[in-house]
Formats: sequence, C-alpha cells, structure tokens
Amino acid sequence: MNDRPGAQLDLAGILVGIRRMAPLSLFVVIFGLAFGVAALARGLSGFEAMLMSALVFAGASQFAALELWGPEIPLLPLIATTFAINARHLLMGAAIQPWLAHLPPAQRYGSLVVMSDSNWAMAVADRQRGETNVGMLVGGGIALWLTWLAGTLLGVIFGSGIAEPERFGLDVIMGCFLLAMLLGGRRDLSMLAPWGAAALAALAAMVWLPPHSHVIVGALAGGLVGLMVPARPTREATA
Amino acid sequence: MSLPATAAGALAAIFIMALVTYLTRAGGVFVMSRVPIGPRVERFINAMAGSVLVAVITPMAVQGDWGARLALVATLGMMLATQKALAAIAAGIVTAALWRLWL
Repeated sequence: MNDRPGAQLDLAGILVGIRRMAPLSLFVVIFGLAFGVAALARGLSGFEAMLMSALVFAGASQFAALELWGPEIPLLPLIATTFAINARHLLMGAAIQPWLAHLPPAQRYGSLVVMSDSNWAMAVADRQRGETNVGMLVGGGIALWLTWLAGTLLGVIFGSGIAEPERFGLDVIMGCFLLAMLLGGRRDLSMLAPWGAAALAALAAMVWLPPHSHVIVGALAGGLVGLMVPARPTREATA
Repeated sequence: MSLPATAAGALAAIFIMALVTYLTRAGGVFVMSRVPIGPRVERFINAMAGSVLVAVITPMAVQGDWGARLALVATLGMMLATQKALAAIAAGIVTAALWRLWL
C-alpha cells in the first residue's frame, strides 16, 4: 500500500473525469427527476428540492429525508438517518485516504465534497492501475452533481404539473428507490440477519417508541447484529 | 426536538443534512489518517448501511395501502430478476398506479 505512486490533481484530469462519467451520469438525470417529483409530492418547494440536491448530493439520504418531512421536521431522526445512510462514505473515504494523503489538504477535503458511489468506484479502479491523477474522483463527481441537479430541476418542473401524485403511483417512488438501492448494493446472504433484525426493531419501535425513532433503532439493531454475524460469505449453514 | 416546516425551518434542515453528509465524506479520510478503521467498525457500518434503508422502508410496507405494498413487491421482484434499479422503480410506480386505477 505504501509503495503506491503519489497523487496529483489538475484541470486536464478533471475534464477527462467529466468525460468518462458522462454516459453514466445520464442515468442520474432520471433519478434526479424522480427525486424532484417525490419532493414536490411531499410538500417541499421547488427551491428546497433543488437546494437539497445541490448541497446534500446523496440520493438515498435525500429520499429518506422526504419520509421525515411533514408539518414538523424531527431533527434528531433527520440527523441520524442522514448519517446512517451516508456512513458508507466513511469507509469509501478511508479506502482512498492513503492516495489522497499526497494532495494538499485544501485539494484533499475539496475533492471529497463530490465523492459519490460511482466516481469513487472508478477512481479506486484508476488507482489500482497505478494512476496518479485524482481527476476521475473530482471530474466524475462534478458530472454526477450537474446531472443530479439538472434531473431534480426537470422533476420539479414536471412534478409541479401533477395535482394528485398518488393517482399515478408517484408517492411510492421513495420506497421503491430505497428498496432498489438496498438490493443493488452488497447483496450477500449474510446481510439477511441484520436486515431482518432492523425490520423487527423498526416495527417494535413504531409500536412502543416515539414517532420516527424506528429509523435509529432499526439501523443500530442491524449494525449490532452485523457485528455478531461472522462475515464469511462461503460459510455453510448461513441462511 | 423538531424544526417547523416553514421556509426557514426547511432551509435549516437542508443545511444540517448537508453538513452531516459532508462529515461522512470527509470523516473517513480524516479519521483514517490518524487511527485505522478496523474490520469490526467496517462490519458494523456495512450492516447499518442496509439496515437503515430497511428501517425506512418497513413503515411504508406496514402502514401503506395495497398499492404501495404491491409496488414494493414489484420493485423487489424486478430488482432480483434484472438488477436494474430504474426498471425496478418503474415497475413499482406502474404497479401502484394500475392498482389504484382499478379500485
């Protein structure tokens, strides 16, 4: 790990990163559109939806936040949900830390502003090939950010023309998006135990604990069960 | 403690979310440059990442109407069959819309 080449960041590398991410980021427009529609259906203004996409720039946590949006926005559940969903960034950042350590701090922490799943994955692949230019992380992130924002804008424009979003099934976008993200990520069967525990704990919290606490309770229960389940995918007798 | 969903309250909520999210983006690099993140912490975070989504989805399945429930089933089926998130989400929306059209 320590004999890896260094790292640098320049405009040319960023432009290459933007170009390489362009095909994939077209899909992001559609996800952004779905978020814009869902946000309006949930009572956010178009400006609020755009601002959230611009500043938070993390799809799953934005959809989950909509679920908490109401006449009042519960602060602690909002913070806990946002943190738990985006906690994977901690591991992603940790994985590329030895690489980014070669950059000056301002570039290092500036690059992380746009770190998202796909540009991170492509940057990790670059690094494994011995690439020293961090442009894929930053350029790819910029491409994703622009298309996420463009998609949200389209969704806000499109969504403002729909009077009864439930009639067209648009209120289920949130749930379906989050479920698709859940199943699209790491999908080994050892996750069934933590996920089952999370569902049961969330149900119990919905019955006995204050409103919105089910998210925190479920996330913690799942994390703790994950600690107890040995992480060996090929182990026999794992249901 | 909660924020009112007024313009100011919503703005505050969005800024707080943005801050928390940036802390997760920068936090891994910041912490790792001082203390290595061990396999136990990694397992906890990996299990928690999916579990929080499960915990958010669970009430929708329990409290939602049959349109919402069938939408989740359709998304699950399509996702397992094709691994394509967009197709899975579209299947969910169409299922909910059709169910409500006929009832």
